[in-house]
Amino acid sequence: MDVLKTTLPYIISGISVGGQYALIAIGYTMVYGILRLINFAHGDVFMVAGLMMVYLSASLPLYLAIPLMILITVLLGFTIERVAYKPLRTAPRMSVMISAIGVSYLLQNLALYITGGLNKNYPQIPWISDRISLFGMETSRVTVITPFLTIVLVFALVMLINHTKIGMAMRAVSRDFETSQLMGIQINRVISATFIIGTFLAAVGSILFFTNYPGVVPTSGAMPGLKAFVAAVFGGIGSIPGAVIGAFIIGIAESVIKGLDTILIVNGVISEQIGLATFSDAFTFVLLIIILVFKPTGLFGEKSTDKV
Amino acid sequence: MLKIDNLHVSYGGIRALQGVSLEVPDGKIVTLIGANGAGKSTTLRTISGLVKADSGSITYDGQELLGMPINKILEKGIALVPEGRRVFTNLSVLENLRIGAYLRNDKAQIEKDLQWVYELFPRLKERSWQMAGTLSGGEQQMLAVARALMSKPRVIMMDEPSLGLAPLVVKGIFDIIRQINDQGVTVLLIEQNANMALKIADFAYVLETGRITLTGTGRELLVNEDVKKAYLGS
Ligand SMILES: Nc1ncnc2c1ncn2[C@@H]1O[C@H](COP(=O)(O)OP(=O)(O)O)[C@@H](O)[C@H]1O
Ligand SMILES: [Mg+2]
Repeated sequence: MDVLKTTLPYIISGISVGGQYALIAIGYTMVYGILRLINFAHGDVFMVAGLMMVYLSASLPLYLAIPLMILITVLLGFTIERVAYKPLRTAPRMSVMISAIGVSYLLQNLALYITGGLNKNYPQIPWISDRISLFGMETSRVTVITPFLTIVLVFALVMLINHTKIGMAMRAVSRDFETSQLMGIQINRVISATFIIGTFLAAVGSILFFTNYPGVVPTSGAMPGLKAFVAAVFGGIGSIPGAVIGAFIIGIAESVIKGLDTILIVNGVISEQIGLATFSDAFTFVLLIIILVFKPTGLFGEKSTDKV
Repeated sequence: MLKIDNLHVSYGGIRALQGVSLEVPDGKIVTLIGANGAGKSTTLRTISGLVKADSGSITYDGQELLGMPINKILEKGIALVPEGRRVFTNLSVLENLRIGAYLRNDKAQIEKDLQWVYELFPRLKERSWQMAGTLSGGEQQMLAVARALMSKPRVIMMDEPSLGLAPLVVKGIFDIIRQINDQGVTVLLIEQNANMALKIADFAYVLETGRITLTGTGRELLVNEDVKKAYLGS
């Protein structure tokens, strides 16, 4: 009983972190599903969304700053695809990957240039930033909102993919470019739609994520981006439910490991802090290695990801 | 009428078509036979707009198709059933059919056409909720043909629809080709199974290493000594 009581707050906060990772992970998994590309720039787009919010909220009220931030981020995602990936459509996959790494560093360097490398305080968003007490844990309301918002967005996305014409086109294009074209589908539009959706979710995720952190720096996208990527691989890259479940598992595990010292002390297993929290990031990557070794296709991945 | 004139196509340095000319009159079945690598698929893929031509012309009702985007060529009423079926294995049978009608907006007529292809292929109706990947090879071929029909084509091009299918299934496919043609759809058929193709074709062309070497009615080629030796195995 005590174990549960002391662990619960960490699980709840982990669910929230997992929701944030999920919103980023969907962008990775959808782009991979359609282009077989690991979009290394995705985490940095997430960081740019954070910075954009900092700057926009400085001069605009939040009800304008938030939609504008989302809009600009989506445009950025769209533009990156058109400028850096589309010209390489028939090039070897490795070239596109290198281009993605280039965009990633470009965004980080631009952010460094603009911010001077200084931490930029993320704006306090009324209501969602409010402190609340949850099972004896002091947290912000966003912790509670995140999982619900994530579920709603994921549900809407799954409906879109399974029950609309554009969703059907996305599934077709992800299987076979050429035959999709023979159906009259303009694949570049479908690919753009995929980037728009992925970036939109990352932009929403950035609000939830940065609200819980002191601020944004040019490398702020790296860690959550990497975690979300591991979540996508864990779930089976290309699979949306896989990415979401992977993200929640990683978020929860990470959060519980962060609180493991406290949990163990309260339950009398150890008598003082032994620094297990240090391993919370390492856990994610150990998990990545284990998956790659034992089940490279992840939880829900297809057996063969090669295109026809 | 679909008309190809002096078409040249190459892949990098490989010259796949070297001056192909052929005509597909409205309402007819025209077949293109030839050995592996002769350039049959390339011909159809160029008509569809998947492959860019070096020179020559492809006109439909006098309008130039070369340089037109793939979706516009489909809108003109020219559909391709690609080599190897290429059904979307991750979509249901019904979704495969719906995606065949992707460019159309006439909802009521789409539903009617759906019933029409289900009548042509009752097996597909039984399996409409199944994933296309679970179908047998013959069923997948039928789905590929039905999917193309859902675009309401005036010309349907088929790239080796009988490849790898059991003789009985092949017969079924040829029956369907005839039925589709009877309903007024022009057919341009590629086959390695020259015997059956020549029997149903109004006109036939023989393609050898990127060049048309022989042409005539289906019957004429069926009894031609060179054709018999090279393609009919006798
Ligand atoms: N994508 C391609 N890249 C390079 N060469 C190709 C490609 N497709 C076909 N070819 C070549 O073009 C020639 C004609 O091929 P194809 O049209 O597929 O012949 P067929 O359908 O009659 O078997 C062959 O020599 C083939 O190797
Ligand atoms: Mg061929």
